[in-house]
Amino acid sequence: MSTRPVWEERPSLPGRLTKGLTLSLIALVVLFPIYIVTLTSLSPADAVNEAGGLVVVPDGFSLAAYRELFSGGVVTQSVLVSLGITAVGTAVSLVCTVLAAYGLSRPGSLFHRPLLFMILLTFLFTPGMIPSYLLVKSLGMIDSYWSLILPGAINAFNLVVMRAFFMNIPEEVPDSARIDGASEFRILTRIVLPMSKGVIAVIGLFYAVGYWNAFFNAILYLNDNAKWPLQLVMRQYVQQGQSLTLGAAVDTSSAGALPPNLAIQMAIVVLALLPVLFIYPFVQRHFTKGVIIGAVKG
Amino acid sequence: MPENRTSNVPAGDLTSPAGAGTAAPPTPPARRTGDKARTGDKIRSSDQTRSSDKVRAGGKPRIGGRARPRPLRQRLLRDWQLLLMTLPAVGLLALFHYVPLLGNVIAFQDYSPHVGIAESPWIGFANFQWLLTDQSFWDATLNTLTITAFQLVFYFPIPIFLAILLDSVMSPRVRLFVQSIVYMPHFFSWVLVVTLFQQILGGAGLISQTLRANGYDGIDIMTNPDTFLLLVTAESVWKDAGWGTIIFLAALAAISPNLYEAAAVDGANRWRRMWHITLPGLRPVIVLLLILRLGDALNVGFEQFFLQRDAVGREAAEVLDTFIFWRTLVTGEWSYGAAAGLVKGVVGLVLILVANKVAHRFGEQGIYKKS
Repeated sequence: MSTRPVWEERPSLPGRLTKGLTLSLIALVVLFPIYIVTLTSLSPADAVNEAGGLVVVPDGFSLAAYRELFSGGVVTQSVLVSLGITAVGTAVSLVCTVLAAYGLSRPGSLFHRPLLFMILLTFLFTPGMIPSYLLVKSLGMIDSYWSLILPGAINAFNLVVMRAFFMNIPEEVPDSARIDGASEFRILTRIVLPMSKGVIAVIGLFYAVGYWNAFFNAILYLNDNAKWPLQLVMRQYVQQGQSLTLGAAVDTSSAGALPPNLAIQMAIVVLALLPVLFIYPFVQRHFTKGVIIGAVKG
Repeated sequence: MPENRTSNVPAGDLTSPAGAGTAAPPTPPARRTGDKARTGDKIRSSDQTRSSDKVRAGGKPRIGGRARPRPLRQRLLRDWQLLLMTLPAVGLLALFHYVPLLGNVIAFQDYSPHVGIAESPWIGFANFQWLLTDQSFWDATLNTLTITAFQLVFYFPIPIFLAILLDSVMSPRVRLFVQSIVYMPHFFSWVLVVTLFQQILGGAGLISQTLRANGYDGIDIMTNPDTFLLLVTAESVWKDAGWGTIIFLAALAAISPNLYEAAAVDGANRWRRMWHITLPGLRPVIVLLLILRLGDALNVGFEQFFLQRDAVGREAAEVLDTFIFWRTLVTGEWSYGAAAGLVKGVVGLVLILVANKVAHRFGEQGIYKKS
């Protein structure tokens, strides 16, 4: 409150109330669905039955749903698949992006203009779903986990953001190392990277979230549903599972006719949420710094 | 080229983390403005428009030593490590972006996966002719454009207002708290977002559940084609409106506080300051995002509509991407799907070029420099 400049008029009480109310409402709209889903997944079966569906008021505590999910089987398998793809994919993407961003960050280096132009051009042209599918197929990557990683491994936007960050490092720093005879790779790993932890965390989060949420590529390239990542299993279990039982629930139009495994469905949703909720606070503070540089360029 | 680097130092210094020793006043907004100018500059120069040098010939020449480049062999000797570093990313982009771009030739063929591109017969524009007489293609196009138009009106302004609201919050702690909450849904997958909406609005969702518990009939918004436009827009707002504020917040921070102070001294109240200072300050960013959105008019996203197509029905939820997906991967009409994709891509490219032209007409910067 102390930062208000002297020339600014004091806000009126109704104004402040409206603002506070609006902000609280916005926060509530975002958090409420997450709250009831988490609560339902942690509720015992009879609490779910009693509520006739989603549990809004806490009533008992049970980890039964999670125990059942992790007793092996489709969901356990898909969580492992998603974790593996996220780990390997993020590593591949980050390494390639950092290398290329650094390789293009030195002013006046050979060919950096045509290469950058080629990378930026991918903003304007999307290759098209069918030719991409045919390419992946002819590379023999259908039903291979690489088909979820390699086609989208490089995001031109992320690359440009990282390059902009590297270019903001004063030229004298790498130059002095060059005079001392350090190789470019050594300059990158020993000098530039330690100065760029924030941007790497943010871009790493972007990539990791992309892999964790991978749905389109998996629908396109994975025929074998034993290989499905979590997002596809979630769709099968929660979204489609519910629309199947939906008819029955409306027919009987009584509160007790809901599928008993709602807690399990919600537990899957929580599993899909959890990594994002977990990593997010650690990276979030770098957003303004790391993203704004790139965001303003659009 | 050492001259080159020395001439670049002032610009680098201005935005460097240290940021000291610049002629500009060391207030944060001023430095941000410099940042913006420089990054915009970079996009322009990366567009390889030679005329950009001509444009800024009046000012300080930024790229000095281009007049006498060193021999290629010498530069290669100096930069081969850097080139090697770009190789993995450039290779991946070439393979997965440029090769499929060439693969679009099957749109002019009667492609069969058994004989391959080389052996498939060429049929000219026949696929495109069929496409233009295909009612379901036009339906999908119309749906796509309707959704784009609707979201332009009911989605696009929300991040702007939300950003202005957030920017007006004085306490940095409250602000950060709300910011981190509204950014979050951006990182959820569409499967998750649609599932959450289903749990609230669906036939077995919270609203129906409450209605039924009180003796009313349940309602199912998730399968109602009439409200589908509202539903998908609400989902988009929930997921991305918060994240969309980032770019506007950055632009707001770049507006000089002196302008507000001067206006306040002249007697402008809160609303007039917003109308005459805040909104004009945001105008370049708004125009930029409008261009990008218009260029993306045929791209409303695949997953959101793919996930809800079955529940709502094709009439309301079939967009171009899902049309291409179902037409091709289910029936195996590869050439036909590629033709539809090509039309979509080319129209999208034309749209973005036209929108950019219009922006230049209005004196805005757009995504690349006028040449």
